[in-house]
Amino acid sequence: MTPTSYAFGIVSAVLVLLVVIELLRRHRLRERHAIWWLVAGTLALIVGVFPDLLSWAAGLVGIEVPINLTFFVSIGVLFLVCLQHSAELTRLESKTRTLAEKTSLQEVEIRSLRERMDAADAASARPQPVRVTRRDD
Amino acid sequence: MGPALDRTLIVMPAFNEEGSVGAVVREVHAKVPGASVLVVDDGSVDDTTAVARAAGAVVATLPFNLGVGGAMRTGFRYAVEHGFDNVVQLDSDGQHDPESVPRLVDALQTADLVIGARFAGEGDYRVRGPRQWAMRVLAAVLSRTAGTRLTDTTSGFRASGPRAVRLFAANYPAEYLGDTIEALVIATKVGCVVRQVPVSMRVRSAGVPSHNPFRAAAYLGRACMALVFALSRPRATLRPAQAAA
Repeated sequence: MTPTSYAFGIVSAVLVLLVVIELLRRHRLRERHAIWWLVAGTLALIVGVFPDLLSWAAGLVGIEVPINLTFFVSIGVLFLVCLQHSAELTRLESKTRTLAEKTSLQEVEIRSLRERMDAADAASARPQPVRVTRRDD
Repeated sequence: MGPALDRTLIVMPAFNEEGSVGAVVREVHAKVPGASVLVVDDGSVDDTTAVARAAGAVVATLPFNLGVGGAMRTGFRYAVEHGFDNVVQLDSDGQHDPESVPRLVDALQTADLVIGARFAGEGDYRVRGPRQWAMRVLAAVLSRTAGTRLTDTTSGFRASGPRAVRLFAANYPAEYLGDTIEALVIATKVGCVVRQVPVSMRVRSAGVPSHNPFRAAAYLGRACMALVFALSRPRATLRPAQAAA
């Protein structure tokens, strides 16, 4: 491994971590969504600083080419993030569904209240020649 | 007719049905006097809301299309909020005959959920091929779950009693086929009694049921999947009746 590629690995990992932390700091990313990216960035940083760890871990699980362990773990992390997003999407959909149902029912209520108010207004305004108050719109 | 109809809300999910919804609402008013009608406009882009309102129905308009499940849950919530005991689901395309509504509501005296079955003797509604197999499989499995013989589990013409209304207001499923298959499973799991009553079907005013074999096979697959997941889900909780909030 050349010193350049060693530095490149570390710099990439630090960059990932910085971006994630900055987004978190600005409330652009919620903690529970950031967790997998933080895990991935930290792992990349550790392996970047101590490349021998990768060979050791690969040997531990019986992977002959250490880089394959990197690919395996990366795909695993991406898979988990995707799954989390699908679950989140489902949650959001069910929330919007509930909101849509509630707004439609509230519209029905508002409509019936307005009709009653209009009827009451009309009833009280009848003796007078000019209708002064109008509360809707 | 009976006082039960006064406490019955007829919910009509409608998606782009301006051509038929008005006539169906008027027919319901004529044939089922006393019952209230709520049309749930499921995000239609046509004049469904205005037509239904002009025909004399209360109309809840959803801001976008939620599917029959979402429309029906809106109806169940309205029923709970306004103190209705029973909810009858009726298609707004005119394929369900409102004349059968009193019979369905009547059957609620001995059941929590009554399904208007299309093949149980009346009418001449027929399907063939994979779609029919799918319906047979569903009927067989759901009959066992419900502990009663059901022949038409995907019928959208059904009546729910007070317990089922409270259950569905909180737990009506939104997924594909959830409004028919999964709703049945949810109800039977909390111990609701299910019955079926034969009804006749009329020809749909527009469109014919699909007989494309690929579509039918996809329907079979999705129906089975919906059934397996519905059966494996944890039981919903049925809260006891509360005084009107």
